[in-house]
Amino acid sequence: MKRRTFLKGTVATSALAVAATAGLLRSGQALAAADKWPAAAFGATDLAAATKAVFGSGGTVSKDIKIKAPLQAENGAVVPIKVITALPNVKSIAIFVAKNPRPLATKVDFGSDSVGFYSTRVKMGKTSDVVVYVNSGGKILKNSAMIKVTVGGCGG
Amino acid sequence: MATKIKARKKGNATEILVLVQHPMETGARKDKKTKKLIPAHFIQTMVFAINGKTVADVDMSTGVSKNPLIGIRVKNAKPGDKIDVSWKDNKGETGGAKTTVK
Repeated sequence: MKRRTFLKGTVATSALAVAATAGLLRSGQALAAADKWPAAAFGATDLAAATKAVFGSGGTVSKDIKIKAPLQAENGAVVPIKVITALPNVKSIAIFVAKNPRPLATKVDFGSDSVGFYSTRVKMGKTSDVVVYVNSGGKILKNSAMIKVTVGGCGG
Repeated sequence: MATKIKARKKGNATEILVLVQHPMETGARKDKKTKKLIPAHFIQTMVFAINGKTVADVDMSTGVSKNPLIGIRVKNAKPGDKIDVSWKDNKGETGGAKTTVK
């Protein structure tokens, strides 16, 4: 575990260093960007680590989270996912593909005028559970759906 | 990169759909000819605002498909409200689109 943390740390630092030397980002911007985009959560390589990075521990299964997705995806490169929930005060929705190399695909934070709805398209390397976490007024709830993939979408 | 936006009524809510033409490269694919890795190139954040107020802040990674199609729904949107969506990718490139609620 320590080794993994160490490796991640060096990779992140070197990536930033490369970006800085390439002059792609000014130092201020680089810091702001790193601050805003949760690199650790997106870089996590297993589901438990990824969900923990976003929501901490916890997550109660809730049938009020509806996941609309194909049962079988012919093309893993484009799998449409729709999350609909009637839960009150939805603050954020995150979509994880359990067996992808990096499970966290996307996360959305809502302002007060949004309703519990998020639609996107994700890549899936192979047949896997798609796990959706919802923060409903501070309560962490989750649900999942199994999606079968005929042709994976992560290779070239 | 072209960004398209569409807003339509869905019951009591207004759905905002955004389509960006973007490669969403993972950084793990190899160019078939040169056998070299294609560098990662993907949208990291997308912000939805109505009349200047942020309604949704999307973070994404390489797990989102090429040419992302992102949809959210908002309540209390009135005809004439201005919708403004902007995105930024890992190379610092930006884009966006605007529309008005009908």
